[in-house]
Amino acid sequence: MLKGRLGAVLFQLIALVLALGFVSLILISAGASPMEAFKNMFTGSFGSMRKFAEVLVTFVPLLLVTAGLLITFSAGLWNIGVEGQIVLGAITTAGVLRVFVDSTLPPALIITLAILGGMIGGALWASLAGLLKTFGGVNEIFGGLGLNFVSTALTLYLIFGPWKRDGVASMSGTEPFPDHFSLPQVPELRISLWALGIAVVGIVFVYFILQGTYFGLKLKAVGKNFRAAYLLGIPTWQYSMYSFLICGALAGAAGAMQVTAVYHRLIPSISSGYGYLGLMVAMLINYQAIWAVPVALFFAALNIGSIQLPIVMKLDSSLAGVLQGVLVLFVLLMEGARQKFVKKA
Amino acid sequence: MNQENLLVGLAGVLAAAAPIIFAVLGETFSERAGVINLSMNGTILLSAMGGFAVAYNTDNIVLGFLAGMLIGALVALVVAFASITLKQSQVAVGFVLALTCRDLSYFLGNPYMGQAGPRLQSLPIPFLSDLPIVGPLLFKQDFITYVSFIAIILAWVWIYRTRPGLMLQGIGEKPAAAFIRGANVNLMRYVYTMIGGALIGLAGPAYSLAIRAGWMGTISGLDGIGWIALSITIFGGWNPSRAAFGAYLFAFLQWLGLVLQGVFTQVPSQVLQVAPFPLMILTLLLVNIGNAEWVERTLAAMPENARKIFAKALRAMRASPPAALGVPFDTD
Repeated sequence: MLKGRLGAVLFQLIALVLALGFVSLILISAGASPMEAFKNMFTGSFGSMRKFAEVLVTFVPLLLVTAGLLITFSAGLWNIGVEGQIVLGAITTAGVLRVFVDSTLPPALIITLAILGGMIGGALWASLAGLLKTFGGVNEIFGGLGLNFVSTALTLYLIFGPWKRDGVASMSGTEPFPDHFSLPQVPELRISLWALGIAVVGIVFVYFILQGTYFGLKLKAVGKNFRAAYLLGIPTWQYSMYSFLICGALAGAAGAMQVTAVYHRLIPSISSGYGYLGLMVAMLINYQAIWAVPVALFFAALNIGSIQLPIVMKLDSSLAGVLQGVLVLFVLLMEGARQKFVKKA
Repeated sequence: MNQENLLVGLAGVLAAAAPIIFAVLGETFSERAGVINLSMNGTILLSAMGGFAVAYNTDNIVLGFLAGMLIGALVALVVAFASITLKQSQVAVGFVLALTCRDLSYFLGNPYMGQAGPRLQSLPIPFLSDLPIVGPLLFKQDFITYVSFIAIILAWVWIYRTRPGLMLQGIGEKPAAAFIRGANVNLMRYVYTMIGGALIGLAGPAYSLAIRAGWMGTISGLDGIGWIALSITIFGGWNPSRAAFGAYLFAFLQWLGLVLQGVFTQVPSQVLQVAPFPLMILTLLLVNIGNAEWVERTLAAMPENARKIFAKALRAMRASPPAALGVPFDTD
């Protein structure tokens, strides 16, 4: 019985219980009540329509990034550089908007151009990691990490240099764009249905590529066994590059959403760590697109819910990250335990 | 800048490199044995916080350093257990730990934010510190910086000049051969990963109890150092002396960034502080490009004498990872 699907679910449930238990221990050691902390996180994310809208604001870029990462993971690539690809998406989006700031073109056209620009920016930045890997022999993890730091430097340079706010440059970012450069939002709430729609299109697109196309099948072949795929005549390095480009474009779209739907300007921490968080989501769902939506929503809720902790309980909001990380860790460990168990039985 | 200021600055570079040296040596041991410990960035933060908390509560610096090493070894144990025993992806587990330990350090370190705690004092060595140039440069450091000097030498001797070190090379390069020669490959991997983890864990308190004394949470400026140390490990080609050179080079570049800030006032300070990162990518590229297939083809197409020069230059820069890095070992 433990061998099949039911067994897998059982092991994952154990992982969930262990993770909650572990985090409870950490909370107790910090002198806080676990139940109260979890309750605050829940009401902080689902307690009101306004709070849930904030969850969706976080969910949009997270889902887009996760969608992109499913493509690179399928190709067997660890695209840690995704964080920088979000940043470059945001930078190019802001750049396009700046160009058209005084133009008389319809705003809808300008916003569309800006989002497309962001996707191209993210894709080009991702292609750098791909080129470093293919032609430079630099592992995508290290190339990507380096490029992440460079992208942060670039953002700071723009904010404090050429895109400086009139008067004083500050960590609060560039001059906000005029209102008509924002994606339309639901009245009274910060969420834009357009952004939500783009994110959903992104994940559906990825699901379709991976499940329903020959391209997706070949991509997975490259990821499963690079050498065998090469011998079968699949142009392997080209497929690696395609996956970098697609993931970069989706991450760039996430950056574009951060600019056009959330911050309406470029800020130093524009990517908000969603790239790394997306990697965690992708690992937790074991690289299956079908689970991306609920898990990304759950992680977004944890992020937003934890904002309550410093206010209500004087705890640090990094608890969300601890909970997310511990959960992924225990799921990985229990998966290992399950495989060992199945092999033995 | 006069000579005295320059010497003080360079002595500061040697001290600033000390934690990076520990981290890089620890990672070198771990990877030499075949295990990538990608958790380094989180481990350094958690051991910095834990080391400071222990030293603060016990008022004992030595206990603080030991606590840091213990934390590092325990995180490494998780990596080892997940990858060696449970055969899960080292990269996945290490990456998750890198993020989790970072957030854990922020969460648990909250009460210690900005507290004044014990700090390692400089410990000039009698007579030697009076020597011209070398004295102020090498012998007016604090204890942990001296330890970093010694650690480089010990690590090099261990890997290249001792029998167990030779076995360590074997475990990373040809585990099957090492197994036949009687080595318990997986046990040795556990041991070296944990020793490496303890060294990485020494890097944390070397910050929080010495160079950047105290715990400042997210603004400690320690987030990111572990990722740099990872790339320096590759730059170092898994060789302790070359890795140490990389660490010093990095610390020197960061210092240079600070100095140049006074000269180029129009460049935002944040940009010069990250200047070492593009240079790191560039060095990674130089170190790795000799491994790329198209380079070999280009070389083969070159005229004889040019090929010799290029091949020599590439070989000098090149570093190949241990062959069994990241590959699990099974006795059957």
